[in-house]
Amino acid sequence: MVILRVEALEKEFARTRALKGVSFSLREGEILGVLGPNGAGKTTLIHCILGLVEPTKGRVEVFGLQMDRHRSEILSRVNFASSYVSLPYSLTVEENLVVYAYLYGISNPRQRIREVLELFEIWHLRGKTTRGLSTGQMTRLCLAKAMLNRPKLLMLDEPTAGLDPEIAAKTRTLLMRLKECEGLSVLYTSHNLREMEKVADRVIFLHEGRIIAEGPSSQLLSSHGVGSLEELFFKVLKG
Amino acid sequence: MSLRRVWAVFLRQAYLYRRSFPRALEVFYWPTLDILLWGFVSIYLQKSSAGLPRFVAFFLGALILWDILFRAQQGITVSFLEDMWARNLINLFVSPMRVSEYLAGLVLVSILKVVISFVVMSTLAGLFYSFSIFKLGLLLLPMVLNLVAMGWAIGIVTMALILRFGQEAEVLAWAVAFLFMPISAVFYPVDVLPPLLRGVAFFVPSSHTFEAMRGAINGDIRVVELATATVENAVYIVLSLIFFRLIYRNALKRGVLPKIGE
Repeated sequence: MVILRVEALEKEFARTRALKGVSFSLREGEILGVLGPNGAGKTTLIHCILGLVEPTKGRVEVFGLQMDRHRSEILSRVNFASSYVSLPYSLTVEENLVVYAYLYGISNPRQRIREVLELFEIWHLRGKTTRGLSTGQMTRLCLAKAMLNRPKLLMLDEPTAGLDPEIAAKTRTLLMRLKECEGLSVLYTSHNLREMEKVADRVIFLHEGRIIAEGPSSQLLSSHGVGSLEELFFKVLKG
Repeated sequence: MSLRRVWAVFLRQAYLYRRSFPRALEVFYWPTLDILLWGFVSIYLQKSSAGLPRFVAFFLGALILWDILFRAQQGITVSFLEDMWARNLINLFVSPMRVSEYLAGLVLVSILKVVISFVVMSTLAGLFYSFSIFKLGLLLLPMVLNLVAMGWAIGIVTMALILRFGQEAEVLAWAVAFLFMPISAVFYPVDVLPPLLRGVAFFVPSSHTFEAMRGAINGDIRVVELATATVENAVYIVLSLIFFRLIYRNALKRGVLPKIGE
């Protein structure tokens, strides 16, 4: 079952064309990695899918619904985390999650908050203001927020940047488990190409707003005659 | 509209004020300072100009009512700025929350700020100057509602301007309301204004409200003034919402929503 379908997506800003006809789909229980150098259009793509940026042309369908017409309905089953987005510093960990639990209409918010905080091993930080969190703890809090509503589609923009290797590995394992057990679909951008190899079922390679390579990691590696996504990254960039 | 989501927007701001002593202090600090400073000034002026009747009532009544407008506007705009400063807007706008729910949540924050400020100012005015704003009687209610409505309209327009021009425009949050102060005829009758500004003042709902307040203190009930203010406010609220919607749509097209506050 297709969870997300992006068709001929274009986004033109005042002086730049950030996306030039991007098309792909994401199936239920699939982790799709989005690779590309800085300025390739990865973040614009995520923002268009989330309805934060209006595409110039093209179409985004989530759960078979169009974002511009069913925004609220779609977003109640989607969530997002980015290492570049934080939560209000003056609120405690728990208060932040209470606010988002209400926004996502979670029934029994206290119990769910405990579950997600325990999942990311930050339950002991619940009374601490987010101002006092380390970068890694903040990232885990954002991931906890992203799991609050038991999303069917998760958009992660560099989710493990700032995490130590142990927690990053735990996060990856958790995503894999949720994918297997709950059919979670994930759109995942990362500059950590080794991580992408481990996590993503399929990757798309964005460059200057276009998809220039797409497929399962192993297939892409063999078709380009390279041993890792990192080698592929440099090879593709050199043209 | 989901009341839970409206409550979430309110709760986020309420937590902020509970956790932040300087912010909580600010809610009490300015109303207290205003009423003390201008209260004593008005007593001094009343003593030195014996011919001017009910000077303290005119002045303190105007001060308390103007603060209602200002707090109503601040409740909207500063709360939006708080989300902008915290870089929290992305998280909010990728949630199922609708823009209307966000605005409704900010309206609740605004009501809380108005109530606190009103209680502080009217209590101090009673304690220090034996002035009761409730002497305005039932007319106080339409006056307050009109000023709150105008504060919301200004707040929504200011928020739209910040959305359009980014963080550089945040000073507008404190400046825009004061732009209306001279033509609102807060502390003097509209007649004092030159003819051109008198014409402008006709289209400013607060000018009618303050005229009605002065009338009420003199025992003259000016229903027409309050009705005019009400009609104008209804129009301005609708226009401010349309303006905000246009700017919001434009922000989606320009892709500035994720970047605002950076």
